[in-house]
Amino acid sequence: HALCMVSDATGCGKERQGHMKMKLSRAEYKEIVRWTEQLRPTRQLVSNDIFLPFSPQKRTKRTISRHHAPDVIESHYQRYEKQTQRFILLKSSKTFLLRQLYCVLHRICLFCFIFLSTASKSVLNSMLKEPSLIPDQTLAKNVYQCTVNDCCYGPLVDCIKHAIGHEHEVLLCDKLREKNLSFLDENQLRAKGYDKTPDIILEVPVAVEGHIVHWIESKASFGDDHSHRTYLNEQFWSYWNRFGPGLVIYWYGFIGELDCQRDRGILLKDCFPTDIVVLGRAAQQD
Amino acid sequence: MAALLESLLTRKVDLTKVLDWLKNIQVGRKHPRTSSVTLHKHEFIPFLLNFLRDQSSQALTHGPATPAKTPSRPRPSASSRGFPERRASRSGGGGSRGTSRVQLFSPTPSPGSERSGNGAGRHAGGGRAAHHADDNGRRTGRGGGTNEHVSPPSAGQLNFNNLEDFPPVGSSPVTPTGNKPSRRINPTPVSTDRSHSKPKMCFTSTPFTQAPSPPPLVLERPDTRVTAVSPHSLMEERELLKREKCKRAQLQTCSPAPASEEPCTPSKSEAPRVREQHLFGLFLFSENLVPNVFLELFFERVLERRYLRKVHNCVYFAVKVLENHLLAHLDKCTLRLLAENERVASFSPRLRDRLSQAQDTSTAKVLSPSVSTFIHSVPFQPATDNRSNFSSDKAFHTFKKQRDIFYELLREWEDFHKEPGWIFDMALGSRIRGIMSQLTAAGNHSHFARLFLKQLVQMCKGPRVSGSSGDTPDADLLVMLGADGLGRLKRLEERLIQPHGVGGPCPPPSFPGHQEFFRDFLQAASCCQLNQHLQDSLCQQLLQLDEVSILSPPTPVTEREEEEGEEAKQRFASVLLLARLLAKFLGFISFLPYQTTEKPSREIQEAAVALRSKSVPVLDVCGVLRNSMKHRRTILTVPWLVEFLSMLDFTGPLLLNYRVVLGTLKMTLGRCSETSYLNRLLIVSVLGWLFQVDSSLRENSVCGVSIQDGIPLVDQQLLYTCCPFLDEFRKLLAAFVSGSSAKGGGIVRKITPTSAEPQDAAGGNGERSQQKLQADLEQAFFHNQPPSLRRTVEFVAERVGSNAVKHMKATFVSELVEKGDKMLRDGLESPKANPSKLNESICAQLCEAGLDALSRATRFCCEKSPEAIRILLPDETSPAVLTTSENITIHLATEKACGWLSANITGTLTWRHAWLCAPRTLFKRLPLNIQRLSGENGSAGTSHFTISQLNRIFSKDLLSVAVGPRMDEELPSGSRLQTLFRNVRDTLVLLFVVTLNITPPPLPPFF
Repeated sequence: HALCMVSDATGCGKERQGHMKMKLSRAEYKEIVRWTEQLRPTRQLVSNDIFLPFSPQKRTKRTISRHHAPDVIESHYQRYEKQTQRFILLKSSKTFLLRQLYCVLHRICLFCFIFLSTASKSVLNSMLKEPSLIPDQTLAKNVYQCTVNDCCYGPLVDCIKHAIGHEHEVLLCDKLREKNLSFLDENQLRAKGYDKTPDIILEVPVAVEGHIVHWIESKASFGDDHSHRTYLNEQFWSYWNRFGPGLVIYWYGFIGELDCQRDRGILLKDCFPTDIVVLGRAAQQD
Repeated sequence: MAALLESLLTRKVDLTKVLDWLKNIQVGRKHPRTSSVTLHKHEFIPFLLNFLRDQSSQALTHGPATPAKTPSRPRPSASSRGFPERRASRSGGGGSRGTSRVQLFSPTPSPGSERSGNGAGRHAGGGRAAHHADDNGRRTGRGGGTNEHVSPPSAGQLNFNNLEDFPPVGSSPVTPTGNKPSRRINPTPVSTDRSHSKPKMCFTSTPFTQAPSPPPLVLERPDTRVTAVSPHSLMEERELLKREKCKRAQLQTCSPAPASEEPCTPSKSEAPRVREQHLFGLFLFSENLVPNVFLELFFERVLERRYLRKVHNCVYFAVKVLENHLLAHLDKCTLRLLAENERVASFSPRLRDRLSQAQDTSTAKVLSPSVSTFIHSVPFQPATDNRSNFSSDKAFHTFKKQRDIFYELLREWEDFHKEPGWIFDMALGSRIRGIMSQLTAAGNHSHFARLFLKQLVQMCKGPRVSGSSGDTPDADLLVMLGADGLGRLKRLEERLIQPHGVGGPCPPPSFPGHQEFFRDFLQAASCCQLNQHLQDSLCQQLLQLDEVSILSPPTPVTEREEEEGEEAKQRFASVLLLARLLAKFLGFISFLPYQTTEKPSREIQEAAVALRSKSVPVLDVCGVLRNSMKHRRTILTVPWLVEFLSMLDFTGPLLLNYRVVLGTLKMTLGRCSETSYLNRLLIVSVLGWLFQVDSSLRENSVCGVSIQDGIPLVDQQLLYTCCPFLDEFRKLLAAFVSGSSAKGGGIVRKITPTSAEPQDAAGGNGERSQQKLQADLEQAFFHNQPPSLRRTVEFVAERVGSNAVKHMKATFVSELVEKGDKMLRDGLESPKANPSKLNESICAQLCEAGLDALSRATRFCCEKSPEAIRILLPDETSPAVLTTSENITIHLATEKACGWLSANITGTLTWRHAWLCAPRTLFKRLPLNIQRLSGENGSAGTSHFTISQLNRIFSKDLLSVAVGPRMDEELPSGSRLQTLFRNVRDTLVLLFVVTLNITPPPLPPFF
């Protein structure tokens, strides 16, 4: 039912292929979030295009920190110690944590482990990615269960997201080649020693809707207030500072009001732009 | 001196003789007729100026108040006060707009305090008194170690400027007409040695000072015969002034009652004197002896608007000056305002007519063209910015963060700095200092200094230093409104804001627009390491710029000049603006450690001089200036030196090298004999500004060496950009217009606002915006490429374009000309030839063929450009970049070649064949006839005469037209063309009648 609601709210019930309206006003976005907050997160929600913008990940970020406090972790650990059953983490998550927050579990698990061992953080991280490395069998299984079931965090989710992100980068590159626009990708840029690297730098700038574009950043997510602000500070302005104005594509849409820096050199789009003016076309016509 | 003036005014001495005497380079020559008075030319001029000012200031005070018939006498109480107070009070009560001359000039904040950023108190009013007090104070402490180089004028001399020592002569009220209040003329003493330590303020009505002896290092000055001004001379001055006052007062009472508001020409008795004044003025302007032309001009306008009744003399004077000078060089808007000024009109209808005429022809534009104002960041260049340029990973990553923080600060500044209550240091200070401490930890100063400077140049170099926050809506507006609408909008904006912002002709040095950010940044950072790095690279860049070959030697080939005149101007403008910007910041950083809000006491100054004279100055200003004079590059060097020196702290001008350089500059001002008027105007105005704004810099008298930079490089826009205070004149006029309209008389031209039509924007102006977009894209392309790429492209385009032109001229055009000749000759040989019709048809054909030249040139560029680019760019260049570079090169080269061709060749063809070929072919036919005719009736003399006449007309006048005008002056005016045509017609008629003995065929209508 909620899914239908969301579909209605986004303006069309079409599935992924059809290009739906993904530039939402802030009011629309808030309305949808109100509905989706009641949904129980599933993996489908992470990987499905319709729900990705509203994935619970964004909400949990706000609450996850409260599980990081040492005393909270201590108490989690105590519970874990008491219940020696298998998959205790998974079960307990349903009982004593927020109902939907599977995702924080492996973090908790990590911190539990820190209490127990002196292993370095990187070792711990690799253990989380590969639970079979964990010496304690029970814990390893618990962690594995968490990883599989967690639909917001964890290596599996990261993997999914990475795949989606990569898919869109490839899509972007294909579109650029299709348009015969020459570019340098992230790897080439790193090889040249750039300190900050957008996904794409155009060798010859183009104009999109009358705005000069030097670089393109592909974001396979929805641009909401929080994430956009973070991206601006950590990435987009940095790119501007080095390469001039550029374009950000939020493939899963964004809040329309955020696209307010056009004149300052950051343009937002929810798809590959169609109105591209290339240098020299006019000159060639002459 | 006064006697000379007196005798001049009473017409005892012939004016022309005095002028001759003044023009004479030889300084100190006695005037033949006034041998009793020993004086120097360079003393006379300031004296005269002071006199003129005094006369006009007298008008200021006397004007409204003098006639007893005027019922309302403004502030009669003021008359009883001492004069400094009088001035101050006048200025204080002068109303909101600066109507009083004094107010316009005096209460500007001192440059020193402005620089140090915490707006110290303003030295308003009472300035005169302060001066004297200061003079006095300085004098008592004189003779210390600082004085070694000064060569004090005459050590034991009495201080005549000190009013305490020398109470003004005739300080008891002189009331020649009985009912007149005792308004004493301010004697305006011509200071003999007010050399260094005047308080720093823009008290421009201070008299021109002169030190009888220059610093000894300035050897160029021939005048060593210095006579101290005797006490006697000052007495004389005062006497003279008193007499003048009496005379004037009498005239005023004698002249018809000035109650009528209607301006009239000066009364007869005054006219000759005023005329002489104006002649002097003219002379002074033309000879560049006036330290600040515009100051004077400003004065006159102030006077003009102020004294409705008794200012006729002043207006007359101003009008006459304007009539003869500057006219062609004023910008259009100013001209219009002048033309519409009814007072000007009533005095000199001729001037008004000329003004309106000049309006149409004025090429001078002040409105800056819409530059691509998009602010770019400094591009990341792997060659200088990647890891290998840093000592460690840490340094590399620290700098990465710093770059981002720097831009974050810049953006924040753009957003908020205009908001009330926003304080730079409070908002950004801690973050800036954070950057600095990180810099020090990582040793990244050189990188940061480079980033800082590059960003500074990128943001502030352009002529537009708009204070608007970052994104200028010009581009969008242009699209929406079109150029016309945008201009209108600008004017409207200007009118709404500007007339009330009359800031006087000598604003203190300022950091407009984004420069403010950079200045405040440096102040907040106060990081000595950063400053040192900045200084180093500023110095290096400045000296490099100073050597840039802006003055390409005048090539004999006229075509070259035509091609490159405009380009040279543009290049020069960009170099000059950049140099001025860098110099200002270099000066700012260099003198930052010494800036104080208050002028230090002389003891402290002396100690500071002694200390500072031991260390090496940041820039060898003397060497730079000497070098530039030697190479005749003062037009570039002086403006930026002025910027540098305007940042001097209080003690700075006392240091040897700065003193010397200031002295030399002063002499430059005296004898700047630039061949190009605008070049000269630029130098004179910037120097005038420097010496006026910083009165402590005025030390030497006006005299000096001759400097010549030959090539006209300065255009109106550059002039106005460099000297924003020139705009004040226009503002004043505008204020006058709006003021007088309030009274119901003036004409304020209505600027009709048009509303933008967005629908049209998409369709109608699509072409224009597309072009702009292409230009922007072109610029953007170079942004992220190494600078060498741009240089290469521009160079290749320039050369290929030029070659295309040469090639066309050598092949195609000469063929065409020959063809045309032949056609004409053949045509004329046929019996039914109608020369005019033939001409027209041939012209039409050739023009059509001439168009072919454009396509040929385009083909030439398309062929040659890619070859050259491919060879010159590195092999590793990616194909896309290579192709784009090639295309841009083709585009630029074609533009250049076709631009020149269409402007010149097609025109040349038309002209040649309309005017040159016809007579030439006629000549070829003529000899037969002439032979025949001369054999018959011996009229060979006549025909020879006619032919030579023809020759003269065609070869000289028309050739100059046909080859294409090199300068605007060469463009034949309409009247000149008419005369020319008439001559041609007459000659041809004569030729036909006399030589061929036939009735002339109907001549083309334009004959």
